[in-house]
Amino acid sequence: MRALAGVSLAVREGEFFGLLGPNGAGKTTLINVIAGLVRPDSGHARVMGADVAREYRRARRLLGVVPQELVFDPFFTVRETLRLQAGYYGLRRNDAWIDEVMHHLDLTAKADANMRSLSGGMKRRVLVAQALVHKPPVIVLDEPTAGVDVELRQGLWQFVRRLNRDGHSIVLTTHYLEEAEAHCQRIAMLKDGRIAALDTTRNLLGSFSGLEVRLHLDRDGLPAGLPGRVLAADGTQFRLRLANPADLEAALARLREAGVTIREMEVHPPDLEEVFLRLTGRPS
Amino acid sequence: MMRFATLCTKELLRFFKVSVQTVAAPVLTALLYLVIFGHALEGRLQVYEGVRYTSFLVPGLVMMSVLQNAFANSSSSLIQSKITGNIVFVLLAPISYVEFFAAYVLAALVRGIVVGAGVLVVTVWFVELRLEAPMWVLAFALLGAALLGALGLIAGVLSDKIDQLAAFQNFVIMPLTFLSGVFYSIHSLPPFWQRLSHANPFFYMVDGFRYGFFGVSDFPPLASLAIVAGFLLVVSLLNLGLLKAGYKLRS
Repeated sequence: MRALAGVSLAVREGEFFGLLGPNGAGKTTLINVIAGLVRPDSGHARVMGADVAREYRRARRLLGVVPQELVFDPFFTVRETLRLQAGYYGLRRNDAWIDEVMHHLDLTAKADANMRSLSGGMKRRVLVAQALVHKPPVIVLDEPTAGVDVELRQGLWQFVRRLNRDGHSIVLTTHYLEEAEAHCQRIAMLKDGRIAALDTTRNLLGSFSGLEVRLHLDRDGLPAGLPGRVLAADGTQFRLRLANPADLEAALARLREAGVTIREMEVHPPDLEEVFLRLTGRPS
Repeated sequence: MMRFATLCTKELLRFFKVSVQTVAAPVLTALLYLVIFGHALEGRLQVYEGVRYTSFLVPGLVMMSVLQNAFANSSSSLIQSKITGNIVFVLLAPISYVEFFAAYVLAALVRGIVVGAGVLVVTVWFVELRLEAPMWVLAFALLGAALLGALGLIAGVLSDKIDQLAAFQNFVIMPLTFLSGVFYSIHSLPPFWQRLSHANPFFYMVDGFRYGFFGVSDFPPLASLAIVAGFLLVVSLLNLGLLKAGYKLRS
């Protein structure tokens, strides 16, 4: 089975980059190739110039990966877990940084608790901390907020944004499109192992510049000659797609002209979900 | 060096933290073997001239414990890490396959030696034991533990599930240990089984180890040592090949 085919992309230094796609699109496989967990049949991946196969030591030192699965070693405490992880990267006496990471992730109180005793959200924080023990300039977060409560999600994003501001490049995969929309400067959308779209978040949203207008009128039926396209009609309720904001004025004028009274109106700007649905042809 | 040392420390901590299960339990098992077989066979069986059966049995039990526990350490640690997924932390780090191999085998070796020493310390109170050539004892214990640690690593790499590993343990390791002459001298066997025993690498480990205690063995100890070292070399190379290829670890 081919998980990825012809994927070619470069994340810029210091960028907050999103990798989106439905289940099975190849997001995790792509990350695993970068992390050296999966060896591609052909092609190559580099982390800040270091080939992940030939210069694996350098590539892995430059990279911190937060895996999607909530994995942990039940034999150790939080602090032991982080010390061991630092040691795997050849770092000795790294406690000051470990304390700082624990502090930022609100783990200090749990430093000496066994991993087994932590809640799912806490285990997720430890995973983030483990990815940061060696201060990697590139951080990959594979679905970091899956199954995480709202409070932790907010805290996590604050921390990740701070890391990004401090110069870390962030690569994020997520199912939550609003997260990608809120944080990512550029986005690649994967579908069936290929890149379906790759652009800045702004351009992606801009390329779908249409508005969706939801109308509740005082009568059944729309007057003829309205701009745009009717997406749905249900009695006195209508959903209208307009090509651009200027059409809104024309639509309102036409309604007035026809003597129709608007009881309620909602205007929805395009969101990533729509872009996503159109590009991938299925919901996330 | 730091990476190797950390991984090895992690492996050592892993079994020290549950030492009741990983050290005390196998020591008790060996003691039970000594009590039961010693009681049943003492006075009925004389293997070496001037050596009581229980005395003969002790080095065999020590070596059996060394081998089984070295195997158990590397194999169970790796399979657990694979099943729970936490092997990813090691795979993400810049640890080479040689460091990976050395850390798992060294930790397995330490567990084997610790358990073996425990069995010796506990059983030595019940029997009279000579120590003719301690260097042979040490050489066979170290090589045997390393060999089984390396075999355990292969079993851990190849297995995807606990029952596959259990099959390896029950159908390969257990029969080879029990038929290695732990409880008897192969000279007491019919010629066919004697010849078959010579194909069992475990026999050379037990026989050579016992030579260190009594100065008597079924096979020349230097030849045994060479055979064990040869097996260790082959198994290590096979291991390094699998790890380098990332077989079942990096898809």
